[in-house]
Amino acid sequence: MPAGSRQVPWFPGAILLALVVTAILAPYLSPQSPTDGNISRKLIPPVWMERGDWEHPLGTDRFGRDVLSRIIYGSRISLAVSLVAIFVAGTLGTLVGLISGYRGGHVDAFLMRLTDIGLSLPIVLIAVVMVAVSEPSFRNVILVIALLLWPRFARQIRGETLAIKEQDFVALAVVAGRSSAWIISRHIFPNVVPTLLVVTTLQVGFVILLEGTLSFLGVGVPPPNPAWGLMIADGRGYLATAWWISLFPGAAMLLTVLAVNLMGDWLRDHLDPKLRQAGAVTVTDVPVETPVEPPVGATPATPSGRRAGL
Amino acid sequence: MARYLIGRLAQTVLSMLVVISIVFVLTRLSGNPVFLLLDVNATARDQEILTRHLGLDKPLPVQYALYVANLARGDFGNSIISRRPVVEHIWERLPATVELGFVAMFLSVLIGVPLGMYSAVRRGGMLDTGARVFAVLGQSMPAFWLGLMLILFFGVVLGVLPAGGRGTIWHLILPAFTLGYFTSAAILRLTRSAMLEVLGSDYIKFARLKGLHEQVVLWKHGLRNALLPVVTFAVLLFVQFLGGAVVTETVFAWPGLGRLILESITTRDYPIVQAGVLVLSALYLTGNLCVDLLYSYLNPKIRHAGR
Repeated sequence: MPAGSRQVPWFPGAILLALVVTAILAPYLSPQSPTDGNISRKLIPPVWMERGDWEHPLGTDRFGRDVLSRIIYGSRISLAVSLVAIFVAGTLGTLVGLISGYRGGHVDAFLMRLTDIGLSLPIVLIAVVMVAVSEPSFRNVILVIALLLWPRFARQIRGETLAIKEQDFVALAVVAGRSSAWIISRHIFPNVVPTLLVVTTLQVGFVILLEGTLSFLGVGVPPPNPAWGLMIADGRGYLATAWWISLFPGAAMLLTVLAVNLMGDWLRDHLDPKLRQAGAVTVTDVPVETPVEPPVGATPATPSGRRAGL
Repeated sequence: MARYLIGRLAQTVLSMLVVISIVFVLTRLSGNPVFLLLDVNATARDQEILTRHLGLDKPLPVQYALYVANLARGDFGNSIISRRPVVEHIWERLPATVELGFVAMFLSVLIGVPLGMYSAVRRGGMLDTGARVFAVLGQSMPAFWLGLMLILFFGVVLGVLPAGGRGTIWHLILPAFTLGYFTSAAILRLTRSAMLEVLGSDYIKFARLKGLHEQVVLWKHGLRNALLPVVTFAVLLFVQFLGGAVVTETVFAWPGLGRLILESITTRDYPIVQAGVLVLSALYLTGNLCVDLLYSYLNPKIRHAGR
């Protein structure tokens, strides 16, 4: 995907900023309590509809809880769960990747076999079963997601480590008698940070969707927490009469994941050109003979005129 | 090649063993089905008999060994609730899942390939931009929410399509689209880039120089060559549909394997959960294996890269 624009994409940037601010300032922004509802005010439609009022701008659910307030507080859950899960998975995966790439040999073979297995599992299915039988809770959701996600980090970081390992400054450090731990932490790790950042951003969206899916299926964040997935599930039985219960939290989730993904794409194109080819096959797969002459016909040769984002 | 083949095969078997172990450990360590099956008046003696009957009195490693041995013989045990063999339950539900996966794959190719092709031909045009929006949205869309919104629009507001269940061809449209949307976006991107590559090649130039009709150039000379990675990918998708069926089947009350698993989790019917996850995982892993082998057979560059 070509991307010419150098400036930070404003659309995903603005949404992400708004999201973070919303999550931090949730208590000040929400008009009502996210968990306490007034049962006599249940199933009130959004403000622009008949019977709607400004007290509940996006309506209320079947317990009379304010939908807007729950969405606002829900942003905290989405962000917290995905950030913590990714932090755990990223730490583990980076560690495995660094060690595997630097050590090579049997250690590498073993760790990469493990990674391959991890990558080959049907993640959603396994996650559902894992959380379901281990009692749904914040901790379990985070642990399960982290457990299933670390191989994605390990694979990328290992590849990067292999390339960095061959460079002169690493050889010099070895000659200077530095320990492996020192070399990995001082010389190699700083150089994989851009890749790590890109991989992290590209995974955030996936994790938010995964958490949402688990919560929706009733095997994620436990009620009455205002997780977006739970809210969408809550509204399932009321699609015909109270569609707003499901529609708005889903829209919030879509917007969030969209912004994160666009940001991830942009970061990938600008921080780490190597990842652009995406997938396990990297630099080696580039054909040796690239046509110098621009192809004739409908396809313009240079991507310079194209803008990133939507 | 033989070494790669054996290695890849061994990895699939290992992955399957990991799935078996995860599923076994999890389902045995959580809660005791004996309390669920007996009512409150059951005596300690009743509990003991049932525990022994279900084989739950033996130590976990023994239970595990027995379980793997039974699996090897194709014996998945009986459902705790219905007492019928688990295999029967699985066979009942599997066709619905495969049917849905198949139609979803078909639909996503049907949407993705033409869109991807024309956005490559008219690069930077309206359709290309539209297709990109479609693709980006597809990768960010919560599938369960999309399903509900489709039900809301086509089932409730317009009232033209059924909201759930299985039966006529109309019942298939919404769940298949929900399942296939994400992947039609992926197919679109894949077709687009494959097509761009092909369109820049000499033989396309030559075909145009020969004065062939543009549609012939595109469909016969272009798409045919761009299609190979797309088709391989479509098979991979079908396999992933099986793994992701839990969500869509739940939303649309589709009587498939995914929904059976979720129902059985609620009733703590372990044997069914185990068997369901194992069957879906086995299909998933085998499918992935086939695709990988096909890829490496077709493309020696992949065969030797990164290993």
